[in-house]
Amino acid sequence: MNIVVCVKQVPSPDALSKARVDSKTKTLLRHEAVSLIINPLDENAIEEALRLRERHGGKVTVITMGPPQAESALRRALAMGADKAVLITDPALAGSDTLATSYVLSTAIKKIGEFNLVLLGKHTIDGDTAQVGPQLAEQLELPQITCAQKIEIKDNTVKAESSFEDFFEVMEVPLPAVLTVTDEINKPRRPGMRGVLKARRAEIPQWGVTALNLDSNRIGLDGSPTRVVGLSTPEFGRKKKEMLTGSISRQIDTLLNRLKENGII
Amino acid sequence: MNFDLNEDQEAVLKEVREICQKELAPRAAEIEEKKDFPWENIKLLSQSDLMGVAVPEKYGGLGMNYLTWALVDGEISQACATTGAIYGANLLCIYPILIFGTEEQKRKFLSPLAKGEVLGAFALTEPQAGSDIGNIQMTATPENDGYILNGTKSFITNGGVAETYIVIANTRSGGDPRGLTAFIVEKGMPGFTFGQKFDLMAYPALANCELVFRNCRVPRENVLLSKGKGFRVAIKTLDIGRIGMGIKAVGLARAAYKAALKYARERVQFGKSIFNFQAVQFMLADMAMEIEAARLLILKAAFLRDCGKGFEKIAAMGKVFASEMCMRVTTKAVQIHGGYGYTKEYPVERYMREAKLFEIIEGTSEIQRNVIASYLLKEE
Ligand SMILES: Cc1cc2nc3c(=O)[nH]c(=O)nc-3n(C[C@H](O)[C@H](O)[C@H](O)COP(=O)(O)OP(=O)(O)OC[C@H]3O[C@@H](n4cnc5c(N)ncnc54)[C@H](O)[C@@H]3O)c2cc1C
Repeated sequence: MNIVVCVKQVPSPDALSKARVDSKTKTLLRHEAVSLIINPLDENAIEEALRLRERHGGKVTVITMGPPQAESALRRALAMGADKAVLITDPALAGSDTLATSYVLSTAIKKIGEFNLVLLGKHTIDGDTAQVGPQLAEQLELPQITCAQKIEIKDNTVKAESSFEDFFEVMEVPLPAVLTVTDEINKPRRPGMRGVLKARRAEIPQWGVTALNLDSNRIGLDGSPTRVVGLSTPEFGRKKKEMLTGSISRQIDTLLNRLKENGII
Repeated sequence: MNFDLNEDQEAVLKEVREICQKELAPRAAEIEEKKDFPWENIKLLSQSDLMGVAVPEKYGGLGMNYLTWALVDGEISQACATTGAIYGANLLCIYPILIFGTEEQKRKFLSPLAKGEVLGAFALTEPQAGSDIGNIQMTATPENDGYILNGTKSFITNGGVAETYIVIANTRSGGDPRGLTAFIVEKGMPGFTFGQKFDLMAYPALANCELVFRNCRVPRENVLLSKGKGFRVAIKTLDIGRIGMGIKAVGLARAAYKAALKYARERVQFGKSIFNFQAVQFMLADMAMEIEAARLLILKAAFLRDCGKGFEKIAAMGKVFASEMCMRVTTKAVQIHGGYGYTKEYPVERYMREAKLFEIIEGTSEIQRNVIASYLLKEE
């Protein structure tokens, strides 16, 4: 059971709340001081890969496409227990949209060669398109299941339970396949110190445009058909909210009172 | 003096801070409320490979230095003092096996402790022998290829939850301290049971109880160092333990200071946040200053230990200074919180109760001063 996990390095939620958008390109302005993390759902994907490896054996390879500093995200994945990591980085890749990204990732995965399963987080907390997973499956011409919250491997198939806003779906597809996962699927482990130290010494190969033999018309800003026309904040209507404070038991009392006051219970 | 960490140690400490602040700290109040032993925290620290930071890798540790170990210890206590106390009692079982154990003892007992597979405890105190450890009444009578233990230990942290116990008993009659001997005792050995649980001022989730020995047979290969060397084992263990106790006090004081600083900024009286009053600023300045001073003393002791130099006097100074500092700082933290500080709504009243332990445990402040004075006399 060889698994490839695609991850993305993103600004921490804390940093995101303060982030600014470039008024021209409509993309997130990245400044150096921002603390970067593995996209949270990608950690769920790594965790699931590690658990599947524990059950079925095989190797877990983690890949990311990003700037050189994205290497630290890979080191964290290695610290969690991944076997190998590959950083896909090249100045020519900057500005790639989801289509270009999934093209690059699919090329890298083909280069890795032997794999039975590709896992990704359902979406990232920065772009939030949820497109890379499905597009990757198309580029690899493989079956896909999105929003999986439970995965089962049996013989040569994968069965997954997916959760959508108001319904569940159970699907079974032959391997190899591409799956995206939600945070319901597991609780990602914290890396142990031995893992942290081992990951610090790991060799992480870097693949660029030449190593992957990429079509220059399909990468970077120029190779990306997506044009962001505008950005706006969605209106959610006015909701009343209240942060409860104090001891847990006091918070529960207050909550119960509020629910009663509003005739909910 | 050099307290710099190398990149590996930095990486470990960064991760430890994250674990402590994201996982341990948010659970601290609940642990106090529920009074259940925090296995979840201990499991997390074990899985994170943090139980044997300075134990060599071949025995399942991380093979780092004591300075790093101390810094880890301090982070844990800053986040959750109960978890810190469990961690500390565990270290008192690890140190003596690490320092005095035979190869066989290290493989059998140290490795599982360092890997976090089991917890350990250190049993010195008895109802009639607290500060006066020479007065230990527990007997160890030689028999064939082992010893028969009889007696009671009191106040033993991790009692019941630990699998491995360092127990100091006397092989000579008449309370002759030259007969004190250290034994490695395993939970489940016939004749070894757990007595009364102590109802403590703080740390209600701690496992702290009596150990009762009635004709408990311990094989000779479980003697640590050798017969009659128990006093030395105990003293050397406590010497290092003081670094741990001191840094725990620093950690707890930091938690109190941070809570006080946050509250001082938020609380408004007379139309402005109370941080604007000089009296409050002075309290905070004193707290920050004392924490820094205590921390430097402890880190110096750890540094000297890492260099293989005499650290015992500085460790005793650090322990007594840090514990008394912690009492002052936590008291001030309550003061800055006013009436709310006296309620269970805020953590500072708990910090104040937790702080008091440091002035008593592993040698009271008075005994520490005796230790310091004994070094002063030797230096003359
Ligand atoms: C929560 C908790 C956890 C503990 N965990 C452990 C453990 O895991 N293992 C273990 O072995 N022990 C443990 N102890 C015991 C602790 O180490 C002892 O309580 C401590 O050493 C003091 O002993 P005592 O209580 O008998 O006090 P005493 O020795 O009776 O002291 C009473 C007072 O007299 C003073 N005093 C005594 N002798 C002198 C002297 N010569 N000069 C000046 N003043 C003196 C003391 O400083 C103190 O103020 C724990 C205690 C507590 C409260």
